[in-house]
Amino acid sequence: MSDAAATALSPETVLGEMKKNGVTHVVWLPDSETNWLYLLMKAEPSLRLVGVSREGHACSIAAGLSVAGARPLILIQNTGMMESGDSLRGWLLGLNIPVVLMVGYRGWTRHGVNQDSAATYTERFLMAFGINYYLVENDADAPRISIAFEEAERTKRPVVVLVGDEYHGFNR
Amino acid sequence: MMHTADMLKVFAPYREDAIVIPGRGGRYWTDLTTCPSLDVPLGDPAMGGHAGFALGVALAQPGRKVILFDSEGDILMSLGMLVTIAEQQPANFYHFLIDNGCYATTGGQPVPNADNIAYDMIARGAGYPRAFAFDELEQFSTHLPDILGKPGPVFVALKVAAEIENAPIGRRRRWQTRTRDQVVKDFRAELGLGS
Repeated sequence: MSDAAATALSPETVLGEMKKNGVTHVVWLPDSETNWLYLLMKAEPSLRLVGVSREGHACSIAAGLSVAGARPLILIQNTGMMESGDSLRGWLLGLNIPVVLMVGYRGWTRHGVNQDSAATYTERFLMAFGINYYLVENDADAPRISIAFEEAERTKRPVVVLVGDEYHGFNR
Repeated sequence: MMHTADMLKVFAPYREDAIVIPGRGGRYWTDLTTCPSLDVPLGDPAMGGHAGFALGVALAQPGRKVILFDSEGDILMSLGMLVTIAEQQPANFYHFLIDNGCYATTGGQPVPNADNIAYDMIARGAGYPRAFAFDELEQFSTHLPDILGKPGPVFVALKVAAEIENAPIGRRRRWQTRTRDQVVKDFRAELGLGS
C-alpha cells in the first residue's frame, strides 16, 4: 500500500458510516471524488440512490424524505453546495431538517494556499449560513461523520462533512 | 380555461387517504380538505422545490399516494427534477401542474415562453410514462378517476386562469392556518413518526 493510500479516506469507510448511521437514501450528484463510492453504494441493498441534476434539488428531496420518516444523506461538491444557497435556506434550515451533507472540498489544500475559488469560499459560505461543519481527510477522521449525524439529529439542523481528500479519495 | 379553486373541488372527492402537497393551490385547498393532518401546505420555502419535496415524501411513504399541486413557475426553475422523478418511477406519485402562465404573486408577468410551452410533452420527454394536459374543467373531471386509478408517476398539466395579486405582500390575506413547524408536526404524528 502506498503512503497516499494509507492516508486516504476510503470509500468503504464512508459506506460503513452511512450504514452505521441508518442512512436510507443518498441524494447525490457525482463530483470528481465519488466514482468508486458510487459503485459501492449501488451494490449496497440498504441504500437507495436518488440522482439529481442540480444540487439544490437534493435539499428539497432530502427535506421530503426526512419529514416523511426516511434518513437521507446528501452527497455533493462544494461548488454545487454554493449553488444551492436558497434551497439550503428554505428547505433544510427553514424546515429544521436533521440531515448530513457530505461535501467534496474541491480545491482544498492543507497548507492554506489554494488556487481554486471554490475552496476560497466554501467555509465562508457555511459560516454565513450558520451551518456547522467537520473536515474529514482520511480514515482516522471518519468518526467525525458519526458526530455530524448525532449533531444533526440533536440540533434538527443540517450539518456538513467537508471531504478534503481530492487527490486519492474515492477514485480507483 | 379553469379556475384553480374549481379544479381542486373536482379533485377533492377522489383524495381518499392520499398525502396532499398543495403548493400554490394551498390557499384554496385549506377550505376544501377533509384531512388536514395528511396535507403538507408549506407555502413557499424556496421556489422551485415542491416537486423535490413531494418526491422525497413519495419515496419515504411508498404505501400511500402522494398528490402534488406544483406550479409552472416552480417547475421551470427545476426542469431537471422531472428527470429525477422519472428515473425513480415512484408508483405512488401524482404530479399535477397548475399553469396560469405567469408569476401571479408578483403582478402577473408572463413566465418565459408562456404561450408556447407544452409541459406534458416535457414531462413525457423526461421519462414520465403517462402525461396529460387539460385546459377545460369538464375534460379534467372526466379523466381524473382514470388518472388516479393507475400507478404513477403521472404528470397532469392544468391550464388555469391567472389570479394576479398586486397588493403589497404585507397586506395580502394570509391563508395559512398553521405554521410550517405545526404542519410538519401534525403530518408526522398522522404517519406515526416521532417529532
